[in-house]
Amino acid sequence: MAKKKKIKIKKSSRAKEKESAREKMIGQHIGYRYDVNLVPDYKKITPFLKKYIECMGWDDLNWLEDIHMGYEENRPAVFDRNANGWVTIPKKIKLPDNQQDRDMIARELLVKFQMSPNHPLVDLKKAYKKV
Amino acid sequence: MANLKQVKDSKAKSMGLHKEVLRGRTQQVFFNPEEAENFFYYGSHNVDFNKRTEVDAKDLTCKELNDKINSLMKDGYGTVVVKNPQGKHSLGVGILNKLNLIFEGSLGYFGVGSIDGPVVRITGRVGWSCAENMMAGKVVIEKNAGSCFGAAIRGGDLICKGSVGARTGIDMKGGTIIVGGDAGAFTGFMMQRGRIIILGNTGINLGDSMYDGTIFVGGKIKSLGSDAIKSKLTSQDVDWLKRKLKVAEIGSNINVSKITKIVAGKKLWNYDQLEPTEKKGAI
Repeated sequence: MAKKKKIKIKKSSRAKEKESAREKMIGQHIGYRYDVNLVPDYKKITPFLKKYIECMGWDDLNWLEDIHMGYEENRPAVFDRNANGWVTIPKKIKLPDNQQDRDMIARELLVKFQMSPNHPLVDLKKAYKKV
Repeated sequence: MANLKQVKDSKAKSMGLHKEVLRGRTQQVFFNPEEAENFFYYGSHNVDFNKRTEVDAKDLTCKELNDKINSLMKDGYGTVVVKNPQGKHSLGVGILNKLNLIFEGSLGYFGVGSIDGPVVRITGRVGWSCAENMMAGKVVIEKNAGSCFGAAIRGGDLICKGSVGARTGIDMKGGTIIVGGDAGAFTGFMMQRGRIIILGNTGINLGDSMYDGTIFVGGKIKSLGSDAIKSKLTSQDVDWLKRKLKVAEIGSNINVSKITKIVAGKKLWNYDQLEPTEKKGAI
């Protein structure tokens, strides 16, 4: 996945700069560390996401338009609303220095994570889902 | 904020919320990013869009019809046509599956609420709070919609080709609402994320108390609400709007570059006053 994109992202000092006293106290950033209103650039869409859209019967990224690459404890991460937690990006993935490309990678990883048999909701559904 | 302080001193403290620290919410990376090209969510039904059936809702209650749709998905039907919905309330709610669902007629209140994935087409009108709490998917309404259209939606595309009532997109936290006609008062009231496109005119107090998100208006705006301000349309916005309107099958005669963009002035931002538990909802 994303083999062409080998440019390593510069260690984000942006995250540290914005850390308020309140954020330090609670150990987590508040609100957003990225532009939530950034609309996706469809030229950057990955082949995996194209297949996903086709499989779901949609015409575009649909709910994934609101997914962005964020940061959790200064590590790149994507927020999974189903698990209500940040999923950190595996270290071996080199992230491009461009928010649009990073967002596409975040979307792809999130979908893979949610469809993985290791997703935390799988066990929850087994235990509590109504038949 | 005076009230909030009061709550901090009494209820929140007694519940121990002040000691709570939001660590430990990070998921461990225990999956291989190269795995799982199965395009299947655990617990959902594997349906085939080419397998089509029809249901007559004339003599069915809302619960009976919703159960029927669920059982058809279990049997692998990917396209379901519902005839004679007759404006009944709460039809097509809670569908957490990919599905092609067509309603031949109008829906009452709270139609297709809390859905996560289906593509729904409604040939008639819809009542209050259509697609409330929608998570993903696409809903197309051919005629008009009532108030609170797309209330609190989190994701997906919600399209009304006609006009909509007041408080469209109230409290929305994601997704896109597209309206071909006019929108009533308080459109985008308290919206926190997401995008609203109104091709016609809007009523008073557009985007009142909006925290974040974007509203695009093609027609006239009667008045802006508190903390809603005009912003510059970027070339990326123009490209995205053209694409989105094409997907919505409306607005082919609209000059997208003349659309007005409204965003939050962010004077109401007050994250530092939030309790850690409240912040979960803000993300």
